[in-house]
Amino acid sequence: MTYHFDFAVVWRHENLLLSGLGLGLVLALVSILIGCIIGLAAAFGVLSRHRIFRIIATVYVTTIRNTPILVLILLTYFALPELGLRLGKIQSFIITLSVYAGAYLTEVFRAGLVAIPRGLREAGLAIGLTEGQIRRSVIIPVMIRNVLPSLGNNFISLFKDTSLAAAIAVPELTFYARKINVESFRVIETWMVASLMYVVACLIISTALRFVERRLAIIR
Amino acid sequence: MTHPEASVATTAAAPALLRIQDLHKAFQTVEVLKGVDVTLARGDVVTIIGSSGSGKTTLLRCVNLLEEFQRGRIEIDGQAIGYREQGGRRVPCTGAEVARHRALTGMAFQQFNLFPHLTALRNVTLGLIKVRKLARDEAVAIAEKWLDRVGMLERRNHYPGQLSGGQQQRVAIARAVAMTPRLMLFDEVTSALDPELVNEVLSVVQGLAQDGMTMLLVTHEMRFAYEVSDRIIFMNQGRIEEEGPPADLFNQPKSLRLKEFLKTIKI
Ligand SMILES: Nc1ncnc2c1ncn2[C@@H]1O[C@H](COP(=O)(O)OP(=O)(O)O)[C@@H](O)[C@H]1O
Ligand SMILES: [Mg+2]
Repeated sequence: MTYHFDFAVVWRHENLLLSGLGLGLVLALVSILIGCIIGLAAAFGVLSRHRIFRIIATVYVTTIRNTPILVLILLTYFALPELGLRLGKIQSFIITLSVYAGAYLTEVFRAGLVAIPRGLREAGLAIGLTEGQIRRSVIIPVMIRNVLPSLGNNFISLFKDTSLAAAIAVPELTFYARKINVESFRVIETWMVASLMYVVACLIISTALRFVERRLAIIR
Repeated sequence: MTHPEASVATTAAAPALLRIQDLHKAFQTVEVLKGVDVTLARGDVVTIIGSSGSGKTTLLRCVNLLEEFQRGRIEIDGQAIGYREQGGRRVPCTGAEVARHRALTGMAFQQFNLFPHLTALRNVTLGLIKVRKLARDEAVAIAEKWLDRVGMLERRNHYPGQLSGGQQQRVAIARAVAMTPRLMLFDEVTSALDPELVNEVLSVVQGLAQDGMTMLLVTHEMRFAYEVSDRIIFMNQGRIEEEGPPADLFNQPKSLRLKEFLKTIKI
């Protein structure tokens, strides 16, 4: 018996699949932006002179990095309403993914900050900049440029992790694929199309990121 | 200049521009400066020489408040910097005060320390905009004037990574002097350069000296020190061993240590 592939049955839902893919990209983008802010704060926390900040940042990073993301997604989605915070599925997922991204980016930023030569801060001090001005105008911009490749990899990871949002019925690509699968009984075609869409999207993103990296990279 | 404290200070019998008194500095338990006194009048060019580890860099860093010091006093234009008396106790100044004190001096480093993500021009305008609070075009005009002075105007849109060491150092000097410090500190600004790039930087420093900039330098370029300095200070193990006009120090050294030091270097 030979299996007859019928991709048309799946691709008929082109609109749904593409809108799901788009939502996944938006979720990843918003989450990495919020995650950068959290990660930056936590990286400064880890490197802080004050013990209390070091403890808070370390507990956050350790906890999040040692919990499966699916568990975090379900916990946020089901626990926050119990605490009186009513959120939509999408908001709930963005919170989870941002907090998750923040924990991973903390390490990226921490390593980036440690690698900044001490002389840059001193040159800033010598012209009369305050510590805060140096952080905003020198340390963070230089560090971000240095860690751009890592940031890009993290973004691609996050984008793939958006498929887990299907678990709480966020209508992204995996959610629609599952739906089409159930309706069409075309298991192989459905998941092949979904996989291919993820692959193509990731390749496009990484090409775009390399372009951005080259534009922003520090000229040496 | 319109600093109120400057006008008050200058009326009081022209005090020294820089006065360092009994400066003591220790890293943990290791005493690196053991009671240093230095006085510079306005327009003085003073060079510190001495073997590696004698405390030259640490002294400059104390003047720019990049290092804390445990005892002694540093005054610029009669104004004590870094610490103040409060109820008979010596307390460190707050961050904003320290930043203001630092702005009185400019510093050029051995490693240039240009901001790598900014062009030569933006390296110079950053302080003018953030610290002096100038409008962008005003800052650009001042920065271009100084970049021209150091021969770097044509490359104002280059990034540090696109410049040679000598060019980077000249931009770094422009960045410091554009802030109109009352005192410039130069710490071995040619030591990290290839020999053929040393002169372009030294001639910039010399030009500033001729314009009357007050400066305290550390250098191993003895011929340059001889030519440019009003006075030479020889440091040894955290103390000033000998001080005087270049002709005296180089030609008739008194202390044994200075004689030995001069023998080890070629002039
Ligand atoms: N951050 C530091 N921690 C501990 N010791 C230091 C530090 N910086 C300098 N020293 C020590 O202080 C002494 C003087 O150093 P430095 O001022 O750099 O000398 P110089 O510039 O004359 O070569 C040296 O013995 C050096 O090892
Ligand atoms: Mg030194």
